[in-house]
Amino acid sequence: MLASFFEMMQYDFIQRAFIAGLIISICAALIGSSLVLRRQSMIGDGLSHVAFGAVAIAVAFGWAPIEFSIIIAIIAAFAILRINDNSKINSDAIIAALSASALAIGTFVVSVKGVNIDLNAYLFGSILAISTHDLIVCAILGAIIIAVFTILRRQIFAITFDEVFAKSIGIKVNTYQGILAILCAITIVIGMKMLGALLISSLIIFPCLSAMQFSRNYRQNTIISVAISVICFIIGLVASYIFATPAGASIVLVNLCVFLLCFIYNKLR
Amino acid sequence: MSIVEVKNLSFHYHDHPVFDKLNFKVDRGDFLCIVGPNGSGKSTLLKCLLGLIKPTSGTIKFGDNLKANQIGYLPQHTQIPANFPASVIEIVSSGALNQTKLFQPYPKTVINKALKQLDIEKLKNRPYSQLSGGQRQKVLLARAIVAANGLLILDEPSNNLDYDSKRNFYQTLTKLNKQYAIIMVTHDLDHHNLLGNHILSLDHDAPFFGNTAEYVRRVHAR
Repeated sequence: MLASFFEMMQYDFIQRAFIAGLIISICAALIGSSLVLRRQSMIGDGLSHVAFGAVAIAVAFGWAPIEFSIIIAIIAAFAILRINDNSKINSDAIIAALSASALAIGTFVVSVKGVNIDLNAYLFGSILAISTHDLIVCAILGAIIIAVFTILRRQIFAITFDEVFAKSIGIKVNTYQGILAILCAITIVIGMKMLGALLISSLIIFPCLSAMQFSRNYRQNTIISVAISVICFIIGLVASYIFATPAGASIVLVNLCVFLLCFIYNKLR
Repeated sequence: MSIVEVKNLSFHYHDHPVFDKLNFKVDRGDFLCIVGPNGSGKSTLLKCLLGLIKPTSGTIKFGDNLKANQIGYLPQHTQIPANFPASVIEIVSSGALNQTKLFQPYPKTVINKALKQLDIEKLKNRPYSQLSGGQRQKVLLARAIVAANGLLILDEPSNNLDYDSKRNFYQTLTKLNKQYAIIMVTHDLDHHNLLGNHILSLDHDAPFFGNTAEYVRRVHAR
């Protein structure tokens, strides 16, 4: 495996994929640790479909796909937060409806406009087609997310563990949730390019779920999530090179295997 | 001045009054139990006191240098997912966020004092998910103490506790009452007869605010 690793690393485009993938893996695990623990995993899934719909529209009208879908995903993230706060609406149903509608709108617009573009790349990802520009965007995002999760770690813990208490001691819960929603939307859009709209949410959810099987505190849970995410990405990417399998799917399957191992370990001990 | 003074406080939900023109005050050393049937607005009143929602009219004034973000709040048990990966020390420390600036470390002495007061120092590094109901309650109470500047607000803390942990928990509250004024929503009639020196009843048929002995007399007279 190590030999294959060095062999594949000779290619420029794989180097870019590797670095971008590492950054996205770290970001997704951090975002995931806050979404999963707040029981809002479906938000990640919903946003990824919205992002896909937005990319399709942007492509059809000739706009910049990543930038446009980041804006749309941020708007959707705030809308979902508002819906979640309103107990009169079934927020899970709304998110499911939103996600299916976005997918439908995207497919519809593309077929009507008759654009000749491979939407598969956005559905299933094209990690090997990452440009230097994409890589720079990734690096900036990664730096921001890591900084936010380091500097605000205590506040993020407080609002994740007990939002009502956090509010009662004057923590600006809505502001922090807004920041997390924006970061989540950006991570999903950029991650979509790599893993695809259908698979990116698994990269957000799996590492935290796996870590939760054995971590004893929040700090440990966050660090283990990130470690699992990074390791799964590396194994998945190398495996996809050796066996000539799709990179996105391979990474997700490695995550699934790790989760099952953690889950069984937790049940057996 | 009283530590909390509530005047003419009303909360209306879609024009329907949840409670109307409440008047009561809490002084240092007081232990106020809020009672009333389901739907009488006990939780809504707590949310108003905590500043989580705005009352329709009326005022809530804090005295004794108490700021609105310095109330030690103990939420209902069910609010927190049991499998959340968090250690006791992480949870208790988070109470200090109202007195800790962004790059400042947590005030260790305040936190250790709270752990000691509730006798949970040994649980410090244990995961919350592995604790018993009574232990979890103490952890959340320790967090409230860390945040508190003289006032604790407890929302039905005895729910989910078995008889022994309940007794143990109430003994702890009696001790804490020497240092903190306490406002507690409770269903637990047996115990609030023993506990607390004031009662606020939100029962629409029998509204009451006064001392516990007086309340007991009225209930018996009915």
